[in-house]
Amino acid sequence: MNTTDQILTKPAGDAATRQGDAGGNSEPAVAVKDLHKSFGSQRVLNGVSLSVPQGQTLAILGRSGTGKSVTLRIIIGLEKPDSGSVQIQSEDITGLTIDELSDVRKSMGFLFQHAALYDSLNVEQNVAFPLVHHKRDMSKAEQRERVMELLGDVGMEKHSQKMPADLSGGMQKRVGLARALVLDPKILLLDEPTAGLDPISSAEIDELVLKLQQEHQMASIVVTHDLHSAKTIANRLALLDKGEVVIEGTFDELEKSEIPFVKDFLKHS
Amino acid sequence: MTRQENAGLSIQPIPQGAQDSLPVELEAPSGNPISEFLAWFGNLGIFFWQVVRAAVTPPFEFAEFFRQMDEIGSKSLPLVALAGAATGIVLSMEARYSLTRFGAKSLLPAAIVFSVIHETGPIITGLVVSGRVGAGIGAELASMKVTEQIDAIEASAVNPYRLLAATRILACIAMLPLLTLAADACGVVAGWFAQALAEPLSFHQFINSGFKGADFNDFLPPTFKTAVFGSIIGLIACYQGMSTKGGAAGVGRAATSSVVLSSLFVILADVVLVKIILIFFP
Repeated sequence: MNTTDQILTKPAGDAATRQGDAGGNSEPAVAVKDLHKSFGSQRVLNGVSLSVPQGQTLAILGRSGTGKSVTLRIIIGLEKPDSGSVQIQSEDITGLTIDELSDVRKSMGFLFQHAALYDSLNVEQNVAFPLVHHKRDMSKAEQRERVMELLGDVGMEKHSQKMPADLSGGMQKRVGLARALVLDPKILLLDEPTAGLDPISSAEIDELVLKLQQEHQMASIVVTHDLHSAKTIANRLALLDKGEVVIEGTFDELEKSEIPFVKDFLKHS
Repeated sequence: MTRQENAGLSIQPIPQGAQDSLPVELEAPSGNPISEFLAWFGNLGIFFWQVVRAAVTPPFEFAEFFRQMDEIGSKSLPLVALAGAATGIVLSMEARYSLTRFGAKSLLPAAIVFSVIHETGPIITGLVVSGRVGAGIGAELASMKVTEQIDAIEASAVNPYRLLAATRILACIAMLPLLTLAADACGVVAGWFAQALAEPLSFHQFINSGFKGADFNDFLPPTFKTAVFGSIIGLIACYQGMSTKGGAAGVGRAATSSVVLSSLFVILADVVLVKIILIFFP
C-alpha cells in the first residue's frame, strides 16, 4: 500500500488520537472571539469564537456561504470584522494599521483557495517573493537555496522555472503552500487546500500538509468542505452554519453529536 | 463549543484605530449618480491618503519603481513621439494656411514652437499616456485583484499600496515631463519638416525664429504641469484597478473607466493649470 492509499484509508479516529500532540494546554496561537461580519444587508458571521493552540490543527467545515473563508480572511487581516476580536500569539490585531499588521503577518502563512500565484513571476520567483521583501539581508544564493529546499519539500523542484499558467491546479496549490511556508511561519491558514482536485491529488496535498505540520509544529486552520481531508489533517473540527459555530470538537465528538445539522452534515459528507 | 455557548459571549467593540487598518469604503445608494460620484470621489481621497502614507514610509520599493519607470516611460516613448510629430505637422499645415491669409507668414515658426511647447505637446502627452498607461495599469491591477494576487501580496506582509500603487503613481509623475520633452522635440522638428517641404527653410533659421523672445517661463511651467497629469493618471488607474469587483467583466470595466476618467480629469486639470500658469508666469 503506497502513501496515498494509506491516507485514503486512514482510520476515522486519527484526528482524535492526535489531539494534544503538542502544546494542547498552552496559550492559543490564534483566538477569535465573537466575530460579527456583514456585507451590506447580508450577515455572514454571527458571533464566531474559535481558538487553536500552537502545534495543533483546526478544520473549519460547513456549507458554502457560511462564512468559513471570511473567518480565515479576518484572521489574517484581509477583512475587518464589524465587531469581535482576533488575537495572534496573544496580540490583538483588530486595531492594527496595515504596516503594523505586516509584522504579525510575517509569522503567518496563507494558502489561497486558487493558490493566487503571481502570474507575472515564475514558480521560483513566486516562492521567493516574501524572502525578497522581508529577508533583505539574505544573499540571492541563500534565498535560492531556501526556495529550492521548499520546492523540494512540495515536489516541485523540477518545475521552478515554469510560469503559473503552465501548472495544473494541484501543482499551483503545492507552489502556494511552499510560498506560505517560506518565512517559516508559526501559524498556517489554508483555504480549501483540496478544492477542485482529484482524490489522489487531494490525498497528496493532505499528506504534504500533515508532514509539514508535524515538521514545523505550526498552529493551522484549514477551511474545507472535505470531511475526509479534515479528518486526516486536523486535531479538532468546527462546524459552521449561518455564521455560527454549531459544534467544535474531535471527529468522534462530532460523530456522537445529536444536533440534527451535525448529523445531517456528516451523513452527506 | 455549541451554538448556545457562543450566544452567551459578549460583543467586544473594535479597538481604537481599527478604522486605519484597512481602507474604508463609502457606499452610495445605487441609482443616484450624484451620490455615486461623491462616494467615488471620497473613496479616491481615502485611497490617495493610503498611498501617500505608504509612499513616505520605509521600506521603499526602488526596484519596482525603476521597473515601472521603464514600463511607463520607455515603452510609451514611440507612441508619444509619433503623436507629437503628427501634431507638429498638422499645426504647421494649418498655421501656414491661416497666417498666409492674414499676411503673417513670418510668424509661422514661432506659432508652431509656442503652440507645441505651451499646450499641444503637454496635452497630447497626457492623453496618449492616459490611454496607454491608464488602460494598462487599470487592467493589470484589476486582474490581480480578481485573482486574489493583491490579497496574496498583503498576506505576504507586503503593503500593496506601497508596492503596486505608490511605485506606479510616482513613475507616472516622473515620466510625464520627460515624455512631454520628447513630444515637444518631435513636434517642433516635424513642424519644421512640414514647413521646409512647402517652402525651403533651414532648421537653424526655423529654430532661431521660433524661439525668438522665448524664455524659461514659456517652457518649464507647461512641461512640469504634466507631472500633475501623471499623478492623475496613476492615481485613477491604480484606484480603478485595485477597487474593481467581479471577474473578467470587472477587469474590462476597470480598464475602460481608467482611460475615460483619467482623460477627463487630465483635460479638466489642464484648464485649471493653464489659468494658474498664466497668473504666476505671465
